[in-house]
Formats: sequence, C-alpha cells, structure tokens
Amino acid sequence: MIEVQHLTKQYGPFTAVQDVSFKAERGEILGFLGPNGAGKTTTMRVITGYMPPTDGKALVAGYDVMEQPIEAKRRTGYLPETPPLYPDMTVRDYLMFCARIKGVPRTDRATRVKTTMERTRIADVATRQCAKLSKGYRQRVGLAQALLHNPEVLILDEPTAGLDPKQIIETRRLIKELGGEHTVILSTHILPEVSQTCQRVVIINKGRVVAVDTPENLTSRLQGSGSIYVEVDSMGADAQTVLASVAGVTGVTVSEKHGSATGYEVAMVADHDVRRELASTVVGRGWGLLELRPMRMSLEEIFLSLTTEETESTEAVQ
Amino acid sequence: MNNILAITHKELKSYFASPIAYVVIGLYALVYGYYFYAAVRFFERQSIQMAGLGAGTPAVNINEQLIRPVFQYSMVVFLIVLPMITMRTYSEEKRSGTMELLLTSPITDFQIIMGKFLGAMGLYASMLGVTLLHMVLLFWVSQPEWMPILTSYLGLLLLGGCFMAVGLLISSLTKNQIVAVVATFAVFMMFWMVNWIAQFMSPTSQALLNYLSITGHLEDFMGGVIDTKHVVYYLSFIAFGLFLTARSVDVERWRG
Repeated sequence: MIEVQHLTKQYGPFTAVQDVSFKAERGEILGFLGPNGAGKTTTMRVITGYMPPTDGKALVAGYDVMEQPIEAKRRTGYLPETPPLYPDMTVRDYLMFCARIKGVPRTDRATRVKTTMERTRIADVATRQCAKLSKGYRQRVGLAQALLHNPEVLILDEPTAGLDPKQIIETRRLIKELGGEHTVILSTHILPEVSQTCQRVVIINKGRVVAVDTPENLTSRLQGSGSIYVEVDSMGADAQTVLASVAGVTGVTVSEKHGSATGYEVAMVADHDVRRELASTVVGRGWGLLELRPMRMSLEEIFLSLTTEETESTEAVQ
Repeated sequence: MNNILAITHKELKSYFASPIAYVVIGLYALVYGYYFYAAVRFFERQSIQMAGLGAGTPAVNINEQLIRPVFQYSMVVFLIVLPMITMRTYSEEKRSGTMELLLTSPITDFQIIMGKFLGAMGLYASMLGVTLLHMVLLFWVSQPEWMPILTSYLGLLLLGGCFMAVGLLISSLTKNQIVAVVATFAVFMMFWMVNWIAQFMSPTSQALLNYLSITGHLEDFMGGVIDTKHVVYYLSFIAFGLFLTARSVDVERWRG
C-alpha cells in the first residue's frame, strides 16, 4: 500500500533522510519511531507529496507521489505535526472546505462531515471557531480532516502530542479501529504507543532506518542469547558458583540483594532453556527459590540501544 | 474549476471574517467619496460659468471632466489598500501551517494560485463596486456616456489584476505579513512612478519606460478605447506574475 524506496532528502548541505526504504501492507498500522529530529516528519512529508525527495521515491496505492500526485493525494489523509486549521473558520466550515478540496462529492459532504465529527468526538464544537479550540480539540479536528475523504492511507505525525491521558487512550483506540480498513503510518517518540497500537515498527535515527520488525520480534531479537533472573535465599551458601555450574549457564552476576536473599542475572546459551535445571538445583540444595523469570528488554531499552549504537558507529565514521 | 472556486470561496470568506475587507473597502469609499464630492462641486461651478458665457463655448463633458479625473486621482488609494488585500494570501498559510493542508490535498498548485487570485480580485471588485453607487447618482441627474465608463471599469480591473499578481508573488516569498505589505507597496510604487522618471531619460529609454508604466496603459481605457496593445500588456503582466508565484511555491517545496 505504501512503499518507500531508497528515499533521500537533503536540505542544502544537511541530509535529513538517507536511503530509507520500507513498506506498509494494506490494513497495517506501522509505527514510525525515532528521537526528535530523526527525519520522521521529513519522510512523512515526502510520502504525502508535500515535498519532493532528493533521491528515491514513494508510492501510495501504487501511485508515485511525484509522478501522479493527484491520484496519490486523493488516497492519502495527512495529519501534520501542527493541525492545519484556519483560525477564523468554524469547525464545520473548516471541514466542509476540506471535504470540498479533497474531492468529496457535493451531495455527500454534509453527511460525511457529520459522521467524521461524531467519530472523532468533535461534534460538540462544530460551531466554534478553530482559533478558540483547546489543544486536544485542535488535534482531533486535524484528525477529522485527515479522515474526511475516507482515504486508503493515513499518515499521522504524532497524533497524540499535547493530549491529556484520557484523550490519548481514546485517540489510540480510534487509530486501532482505523487499521484494518486503512493503512496507517503513525510517527511518535512515545514508545508504549508503538507497542500498544502498531503491528510493525520502523525505527529511524539520524535519517537512517536502524530496524524494521514487529514490537515482539524486536524484543526477542535484541535479547540476544537471553538471560534469566533468579532470586535465591541461599542461607549464606555460595549460590553464585553453584548456579554457574548448571549445564547451559554461561555466566552469573549479582544484580540485587534483599536481606538474606540475592538476585542473580543468569546468562545462558541461546535456545537452551535452563529454567528447570536452575529451579531443581536451588530446591535440591534446600534453598528458598523466591523468584525465577526470563528477563525481557523493554522497547525503551531496545530503542536506546539501537539509537545509541547507531550514534557511536556514525561518529566513528566521521 | 470546482477546486479553484473552493479556494476562491475560502479566501473571500476569510477576507470578510477579518477586518481587512472592511478596512480596504472603507478606506477606498472614504477617499473616493470625498474626492467625488469635491469634483462634483467644482464641475457644477464650471458648468454654470460655461452656461453664463453663452453660445460658442465648448460644452462641458461629464465623462471627461468629472468621471475620468475622479477615477484617476482616487487610484492613489490603490497603492495603500491593494497590498493589504494580498499580504496574507500566502504568508498566513505558511505561518499557520495550512499550506501543508493545501499542498497535500488533491489539487494542483495552479488551482491554488488561481483560486487565491480570483479571491483577491473578488474583494477588489467589491471595492470598486462602491463607485457604482456614485455612477447611479450621476446617471440620475445627468446623461453621461456609458461606454467610456464601462471601459474604465475594465481597465481598472486589469490594472488591479496586475497588482494582485505582484502581491501574490511577494506574499509567497515571505512568512511575514508586514514584510509582504511593505515590499508590495514599494513594487507598486515603482511601476507607478516609471513614467515620471521617463521624462528625464533619452528618447529610447523614455519609450521603454513609458511602455512599462502600469498606469500609462490605463489612459485609453479611461477615454473609452479598448486597444489590444494595452489588454495584452495587462494580461501578460498578470500571467507572468502568477507564473512566478507558481515557481516560488515550487521552490519553497524543494527547499523544504
């Protein structure tokens, strides 16, 4: 549905995006994750046809956004970082205008505007001036504008920025609903948002794609050989050496101490689950087994490790 | 066409939702009305004098001696109010981020420019519309020729079109409305003064400068003559201005 091929964008001597490629399938919600200034907005602006790429191309529903811009734009709904509202128009007038320039047929306009306002929960401010809306309403009017012409593709640039927690939950629920019938690209720098709403994640840093995968795969992939957390009350005995002697264990480090109990981080050989052996060893010795769990890296840690790694390697090149 | 009208409609609505439309129309109505009043009083005295001189003296001509000078002198207001019409056309869209909405909607740059141009022309035409009231009065008390009046209006519309095209171009170059309004005023002023400057020049450059003068081409229209030479001048001026505006919007896109 959306295909970005070797996209590069330069602003003068500054390269904002370099050789970015990814795809989003029909009905998929793709998270676009990266720190501020990573090139998320630039990439989205190219996909929506707002600006041309320096190199490479973007396809929406099979249409090249540079070669057939009208066809591509007809199928794209876009919520920019700041909702593009006309301050002196009322919400309804604004949406009627948007419907008109987005090619909604005259006879459908009024009903389409009405249903979209209900869907985005802005019907109560229909007659209010855009200039007088709160940040949360502005964001939702912007979202309504993107949905009006029922586009196949939705590009949302930080749709939950500036909303209160309740509105964030509502907006995320709405975006989840939209996936399935629409293809959604959602940019954000809020990590839980990605794991909650997106099926796949593109992580971008300093203009380059550093990872593309599902949130689950990213988690397991980056775990490497994986490790296990064991908390043992060994009653003074040297549990560390005992645990290290279990078959498949490659290393044991002390991570926490709670009174007489000690928490160990046990590294192990890949694809070798040592949890059973660990448990029976501890219990066999007559020690207290207080906790035993696989340690997962959170998306935050993955994100940090990916983006900092990237930083180090690019600095090394320079 | 529907897309062009959608933009035109939006532009006109925002003119009348802001004080701009009222300031523009009000200022013009005030100055035009004041001048019209003074000119009518003068014309009245002149007519009585001429009548007193009796037969053999040339008859006074209401078209040449009243309507034409009133139009010509009240045009000075254009210098001040027309930059106000175009100052926010692009600047405001760029500043508030709505440019992103327009440029990512399924409409062409040409449609956006034409829509904005027609919107500005719409406000300009309603400003000129104020003078129709005075015309009705003149037709009520006298018998002016209506053809020269019609051509005068046509000429004024074409002249205004040139100013709108320049104004759109300048507005597309900046985010700042104040910069837009001052720069537009300066450019208008230059095109206005060109034939004053011409008199200090050699005959060749004089002819050239006179041809460039935006007001010089209005003379024949005011006299009731539609000369294709002048129509071509105005239309190509407008087309060139709009073309440069399109380029400027495109450049902005590439630059990001």
